[in-house]
Amino acid sequence: MRCARTSGCVMSIWGGAMDKLLSVEAIHAGYATARVLHDVTFSLPEKSTLALLGRNGVGKTTLIETIMGLTVQTTGRIAFRGRDISTMQPHHRNAAGMALVPQQREIFRSLTVEENLKVAARPGEWTVSRIYDLFPRLHERRTNGGGQLSGGEQQMLAMGRALAGNPSLLLLDEPFEGLAPVIVDLLVDAINRIRTEGAIASIVVEHHVDLALELADAVIVLDRGRISWLGSSQELKAAPELMASLIGLGSGGE
Amino acid sequence: MRELRDPSALPEMRSALRTHRLGWFEVVMLAVFAAVYYLLPGYLPLATQVAIMIIFAISLDLALGYGGIETLGHAVFYGIGGYAAGFYALYVWQEPISGLLVAALVAGLFGVLSGIVVLRAKGLTLVMLTLACATMVHEFANSMRAITGGDDGLSGYRIDPVLGLFRFDLFGRTAYVYSVCVLIVVFLLARIVANSNFGLVARGIRSNSQRMQLLGVPVLNRLVLLYAVSGALAGIAGALSAQVTKLVGLNTLAFTLSGNVLIVLILGGIGRLYGAVIGSIVFVALSDRAAAIDPFNWLFILGGLIVLVVWLAPDGIVGRFSALTWQFRKQERKP
Repeated sequence: MRCARTSGCVMSIWGGAMDKLLSVEAIHAGYATARVLHDVTFSLPEKSTLALLGRNGVGKTTLIETIMGLTVQTTGRIAFRGRDISTMQPHHRNAAGMALVPQQREIFRSLTVEENLKVAARPGEWTVSRIYDLFPRLHERRTNGGGQLSGGEQQMLAMGRALAGNPSLLLLDEPFEGLAPVIVDLLVDAINRIRTEGAIASIVVEHHVDLALELADAVIVLDRGRISWLGSSQELKAAPELMASLIGLGSGGE
Repeated sequence: MRELRDPSALPEMRSALRTHRLGWFEVVMLAVFAAVYYLLPGYLPLATQVAIMIIFAISLDLALGYGGIETLGHAVFYGIGGYAAGFYALYVWQEPISGLLVAALVAGLFGVLSGIVVLRAKGLTLVMLTLACATMVHEFANSMRAITGGDDGLSGYRIDPVLGLFRFDLFGRTAYVYSVCVLIVVFLLARIVANSNFGLVARGIRSNSQRMQLLGVPVLNRLVLLYAVSGALAGIAGALSAQVTKLVGLNTLAFTLSGNVLIVLILGGIGRLYGAVIGSIVFVALSDRAAAIDPFNWLFILGGLIVLVVWLAPDGIVGRFSALTWQFRKQERKP
């Protein structure tokens, strides 16, 4: 079941004929003193969802930060809609259509909920009122300060703020971490709606395998900075023993 | 008229009106400025100083309070504006309003050029760079004695009547009214900037600049623009001072002035524009009173006041007042 780390192999998961949104080719990347990712290659079609799985410290966050331009990429190429973005500044990558929802959410605490949504909004399908429609709770809290929100509300706001920039690719770093199950359900519904109604592709870093498989079409399992497995979520769902050997997890999560 | 009938446009219109309406604070301030003119004619030169200081403090509030640009060299814009207005009156034209515009342009341009260099830094490095920048310009002005007058300052120019009608008089009436009118324009401009989308972006940058960068905002560009706008307004304050006193001294570029305007904002409250108004009134009035009471140790009195404010009202006088009224309203709402 192990997949050779080639772009062609990855495309086969998506059926090969779909339009390529993001293409990551043989990248090595990391931080000033440490190289974390080694020879990572995959691609992502438009409107698809990819889950990044793996134990702590295997490079999941580093991978999405590299896609966003926040790390030092030493070799390889990242292309977005066919355009090489490897040397592009993070704000240009965002303008090109990528948005990162960080693990710490990083809400602007001194701005109100509505100001948080408007501060970097761009014209497009995702208007503030449409985001309120997706997260009615944010509408109720629109005049509250960002610092007054609960963890779940902050996550909704972080996602809403990213959507307000009208991206084509959403990078979500552990969006359900530390949240109550009822909020997690609500966010999973929202991510599914974003995908179906908004036609936005996503890459989700997630510890909980069940949730990841529920959301994603395809899965990448990382191990010590390399892709150790890549395939469809159906494939992984059907083989619990494979999942256990790859991630060391049962289907119930960590 | 179509927009008026469109119910969906109403909330946005109401919000815009709310943002730009004349609040009770503005009405009270206008009444105070009018009362000073009629009731305290002997204090007009001091009140003119207050108006100029308010403009200067508003300019710093835009940079520091909205954009989070920590600067200890804001006087550089004040001084450059002052010298620009002085040279303009000396060599080009003595008309005052165009003098203000030229000063704003020169100071704003200096904001762009210096901002591109210094605004790449943050925190203590930024503070030191702004200080170094102001010190360099100060030393440059000092060394160019033949042009700037060095320690003696730039003088010997005259200023034409405002709008060709109002001559600057010995009692400082024209200077006062002229300064207050410029203050009103600057205040409205600053409020438009602060309430605009650009102002919102600046507050976002102040809150978390890296996050703003990741949301697609070219942070350095926006900060440079804000710094230039702030510099231009500070230049207007400096030019106003040059026009009403007919003198531009080296002290307009000095660290003391940069420190004073920062103290004004700390006293009044940072990031709310009104803080600049209240802080300037308290600072200039108290400096004047303290110097009258004890001409040798008056700075000691001022120092004590600052310690008190930082201790009792860390968000400044306006911040403390807002917190109190908020608590009062909250209690009123309780059944």
